[in-house]
Amino acid sequence: MGTIQRFPHSAKAASTNPLKMSQPLGAALAFLGVDRCMPLFHGSQGCTAFGLVLLVRHFREAIPLQTTAMDQVSTILGGYENLEQAVRTIHERNAPALIGVATTGVTETKGEDMAGQYSLFRQRNPALAGLKLVFANTPDFSGGFEDGFSAAVTGIVEEVVQPSDKTVKGQINVLAGCHLSPGDVEELRDIIESFGLSPIFLPDLSLSMSGRQPDDFTATSLGGVTVEQIASMGASEATLVIGEHMRVAAAALELKTDVRSVFFDRLTGLEASDRLVRTLSELSGRPVPAKLRRQRETLVDGMLDGHFFYSRKRIAVALEPDLLYAVTSFLADMGAEVIAAVSPTQTAVLEKLKAATVMVGDHSDVETLARDADLIVSNSHGRQGAARIGVPLHRMGLPMFDRLGAGLKVHVGYRGTRELLFEIGNLFLSREMDHDEHGHGHAHGHPHGDGHEHGQHCGSGSCGCSAG
Amino acid sequence: MLQEKLQDVFNEPGCSTNQAKSEKERKKGCSKALKPGAAAGGCAYDGAMIALQPIADAAHLVHGPIACLGNSWDNRGTKSSGSQLYRTGFTTDMSELDIIHGGEKKLYRAIKEIVQQYDPPAVFVYQTCVPAMIGDDIEAVCKFAAKKLGKPVIPVMAPGFVGSKNLGNKLAGETLLDHVIGTVEPEVTTPTDICIVGEYNLAGELWLVKPLLDEIGIRILSCISGDGRYNDVAQAHRARLTMVVCSQALVNVGRKMQERWGIPYFEGSFYGVSDMSDTLRTMARMLVERGADKAIIDRTEGVIAREESRVWRRLEPYKPRFDGKRVLLFTGGVKSWSMVTALEGAGLTIVGTSTKKSTKEDKERIKKMKGEEFHQWDDLKPRDIYKMLRDSEADIMMSGGRSQFIALKAKVPWLDLNQERHTPYAGYDGIVNLCEEIDKTLSNPIWRQVRLAAPWDLKPDARPDAKPVGA
Repeated sequence: MGTIQRFPHSAKAASTNPLKMSQPLGAALAFLGVDRCMPLFHGSQGCTAFGLVLLVRHFREAIPLQTTAMDQVSTILGGYENLEQAVRTIHERNAPALIGVATTGVTETKGEDMAGQYSLFRQRNPALAGLKLVFANTPDFSGGFEDGFSAAVTGIVEEVVQPSDKTVKGQINVLAGCHLSPGDVEELRDIIESFGLSPIFLPDLSLSMSGRQPDDFTATSLGGVTVEQIASMGASEATLVIGEHMRVAAAALELKTDVRSVFFDRLTGLEASDRLVRTLSELSGRPVPAKLRRQRETLVDGMLDGHFFYSRKRIAVALEPDLLYAVTSFLADMGAEVIAAVSPTQTAVLEKLKAATVMVGDHSDVETLARDADLIVSNSHGRQGAARIGVPLHRMGLPMFDRLGAGLKVHVGYRGTRELLFEIGNLFLSREMDHDEHGHGHAHGHPHGDGHEHGQHCGSGSCGCSAG
Repeated sequence: MLQEKLQDVFNEPGCSTNQAKSEKERKKGCSKALKPGAAAGGCAYDGAMIALQPIADAAHLVHGPIACLGNSWDNRGTKSSGSQLYRTGFTTDMSELDIIHGGEKKLYRAIKEIVQQYDPPAVFVYQTCVPAMIGDDIEAVCKFAAKKLGKPVIPVMAPGFVGSKNLGNKLAGETLLDHVIGTVEPEVTTPTDICIVGEYNLAGELWLVKPLLDEIGIRILSCISGDGRYNDVAQAHRARLTMVVCSQALVNVGRKMQERWGIPYFEGSFYGVSDMSDTLRTMARMLVERGADKAIIDRTEGVIAREESRVWRRLEPYKPRFDGKRVLLFTGGVKSWSMVTALEGAGLTIVGTSTKKSTKEDKERIKKMKGEEFHQWDDLKPRDIYKMLRDSEADIMMSGGRSQFIALKAKVPWLDLNQERHTPYAGYDGIVNLCEEIDKTLSNPIWRQVRLAAPWDLKPDARPDAKPVGA
């Protein structure tokens, strides 16, 4: 975190329309993929309220998230008592299987000794020995959403996973990074199970954040991977590691259990999906099921149909690093040009990006870099800037508060790649066809760089450029 | 400094709740102690931002690490009829190095960049917990920047850990009193100039009220802060009358404007038919007492008579549809209660309410209106609400966004009464909007469908068209 400074950072002192979200928020999302979990922010109550609202708006779900409610006095004198009281209160009221504690800027600036507080808590509360407690150091002032997610998953691995002498045949671990939506995890489960393998996802957002209909009210997360399943990850045959930011957790898991890991930098795109399918076929010793063969065929067909609309399209992408990598690589696969890739944080995966400009910045940087782009791919916060420069916006990532089903979008595997290909392709298609009819005079199909114009207003709105 | 300010806002003579307390209770302040592990709600910075961000042409710069703005910007429905600068999120995004070396220089550079690039009439700089902890003197930076850049740069001293959202509202009010109000003289004044305090133009609500005021001949000299402009807020001291909306939060502004500039104030509400009419009447009466032309009283009565008859006529069609429908109302504050009369007038039955945020007087008032039998819950747990809805004890729940999923997961209609809503409920038209929203959701055909049992849960003798439980 913050060690690689290879890519130009926006030189502004005032980050304007931030792309970055804080580490604790990423940690909270990871914890929400564990069944009967309560994430707890060690900080002032506002830290929790903002994060909660953002996740509620994205998932349209109740979000369990608690706070140690630090005030001025406890901030100065130390927050252990607040932490202990919070954990005990949550335990009494909601009896969760796991409490995931994420620190914040407040407690990290003070320099709270979390390892020390963990031991002290365990000493003073022997009665709560059965409660799993994961502490993640997630200061707001360094790293970002992805780093927090990574820290929480690593913390869960270190606290919960048990080494095992036995191996359960067909059991596979999947460390699912935060660039995978609940819908993606669902799709991956489908693919993996079609080889007769039984996956354990850490975290498993597909079971908790995809729209549940509970029989009773629960204050903790409802669904997700259970603590028992996580504990049994040591008995798996292999671990699939999805995304660069899962590498630390993968290393911790391998160190603890000796289960070998297979790394995937992305699962979007034909070749990327091929690699996944090949790996699963090898792991299971089974041939590729007919369903996946058909899906591959339709993806190939979709690429053939769609490439006309992608070729040399100029696209600016601003997303969390691993999703940024997956999307820009896919767009490059389709013959589009990524004119700008904007990341909220400095991280190793940026080294691999294929883009004319790679920078660490915010939505105002995208607004500047995308002036003559054909498309912006970013989260819902990109809508104001996109509308100002009249470039259509395809929404991906988090937060996506102005679309239904944000959590169920799928962009992994043959089927997910096909979905993404069509969604973006249709934006180009409708822009070309609609605007021709409206006589807006957009110059399309131009070789790049010939200074084409963009209308500031799209009357039809179908291209998304009037979406405010 | 901040501590003195806190004592000052806690000791608010204009607040009836505060005056009812003993000396000792008063010292403790009005924010309830938060219980770690069982707390909910925003912090003081959040509250300050809510109160000031509607000033649309000003830049709002948050000095702190990314969480304070990065997780929260662009999440409120306050509307502007002109400048959209308030929707741009600015933050110094403090990093580790800023914390080690201090963030003051970066803050100054950020202010300078904003002034150079956007040229706003003013920059509000929000203090947050982390720079407060490391001792960044943002008041000094703002003073320096204001002098150097020739623009008002206003420090908002409400770091999150000093308390709740409500306290942040008050501190934002103090900020305006200390740095903004009284710094600009209006070009023209009229005897019917008013200042509205505590109205944030959510979903464009102010615009349902303003045409009526225009018709009567009352001019909104400044609104704090819905659809606000910096210079309008700065000239609020020339208003003839102040109306304080949502009283508990910003009553300090009304009272201090009276102390400093002799402007009388009253507490009023735009929600509900009778409250709306009372508000217009009070406004006209008090303006006349201060020397405005008596004719506005007649005009006001004319508008009230016309609007009231119109609103009741427009609510008439809802009566048969709302007959026997039971409402659970969960917002706590007085605000919602002013809507109750109107809702009941439209045929709805209010079966219970939460009084978590209500004062003793509110509770008495509710008891008087609704009788002893009426349910008032002080601290109802989400699980209990869920159970009540599941047991069909109400047909619709109206509340803030936080409890939305309690109702929806119980498959019971729900309506948003708080800041995330998209429909304006203020004024006479607002009540009709509200009834239309209630009717739309109550009569939606999904409720029957979503309550159907899944095919695999059907008992052999159950017919597919059998009425499900709770329907």
